[in-house]
Amino acid sequence: MLYVLAEQDPGELVEGLTAVGRGIVYGGAAIGPGIGIGIVVGNAITAMARQPEAAGMVRTTMFLGIAFTEALALFGFVLAFIISG
Amino acid sequence: MILGLEFPPISHTIEWPALFLKDTPFEVNKVVLLMWLSVAIVFAFYLVASRKQKLVPTGIQNVAESAVEFVREGIVMQTMGAQGLGYTPFLLAIFSFVFVCNIWEIIPGAQMPVNARIALPVLMALLVWLIFNFVGIRKQGLFGYFKNMMFPPGVPWPLYILVAPIELVSTIFVRPLSLSVRLFANMLAGHLLLISFAVLSTALFSASALYIGALAPFALLVGLTGFEILVSFLQAYIFTILTAVYIGGAMNPEH
Repeated sequence: MLYVLAEQDPGELVEGLTAVGRGIVYGGAAIGPGIGIGIVVGNAITAMARQPEAAGMVRTTMFLGIAFTEALALFGFVLAFIISG
Repeated sequence: MILGLEFPPISHTIEWPALFLKDTPFEVNKVVLLMWLSVAIVFAFYLVASRKQKLVPTGIQNVAESAVEFVREGIVMQTMGAQGLGYTPFLLAIFSFVFVCNIWEIIPGAQMPVNARIALPVLMALLVWLIFNFVGIRKQGLFGYFKNMMFPPGVPWPLYILVAPIELVSTIFVRPLSLSVRLFANMLAGHLLLISFAVLSTALFSASALYIGALAPFALLVGLTGFEILVSFLQAYIFTILTAVYIGGAMNPEH
């Protein structure tokens, strides 16, 4: 392993590690919002099924909840592009 | 490069060469042209729709009226109530403009969402930031606005040490940041997704003799194009509804 690494150009290693870092940043940032959006939408569906006459209000609030939760994942997405070796 | 498949670097997919006024701060490229075109389209659309108003709407007036009603009933009444009806024209303009800017993503020949460059989302988010702070200070007074923002009632007082700075940072700094980044990142992600599958389809189409290999990514590309129409609409809707929520929150502090 070390032997192989020693033969490489150090720039390649940095480049590869940067790519790995980008993947980890976005993947990590997507975990929480993924769970969060699931909870938001799941509960909204429960509410709509229980009270179909309130569906319009629940839908508006659901989109708001999704928008706030999703922002964290999108910060991660943008950060993944900003990271450079 | 994987198996003869080469994805273009990010800079090739969102940076366009300057068309006019090269090397000045007022460079005009494809994105700027599309933005101007969006302004013209939205302006012309509502001008034509309101030119000859009929009691029973037909054609373009019908579309414009349903857009107005969507913003008024679906956004303003749901978030701000009747006292926010005066903001309907502003929110309608924001909604239409953001939607037209986004929909360029899937128009053949253009295929570049204007909001995939962060300049326009940042400008609009700053405008919204100015408006909701102005409304809040005007309605509640400078002291009252910050007091209602940082010290929401119904919280045990030791928690204010924690709540006050969080509320201040989230209202003043995080709101415009997340508003602009949300729109920008969604459109950029959609743009890159479409590019990835288009590149994949063409590469597989030219690589395999039977063209079978390209079928799956091409079908997905068609599906994703439909999905991006939904995303364009949804992002315009979310941008508008968050604007309405911020202005509504500044008008009516939580009791």
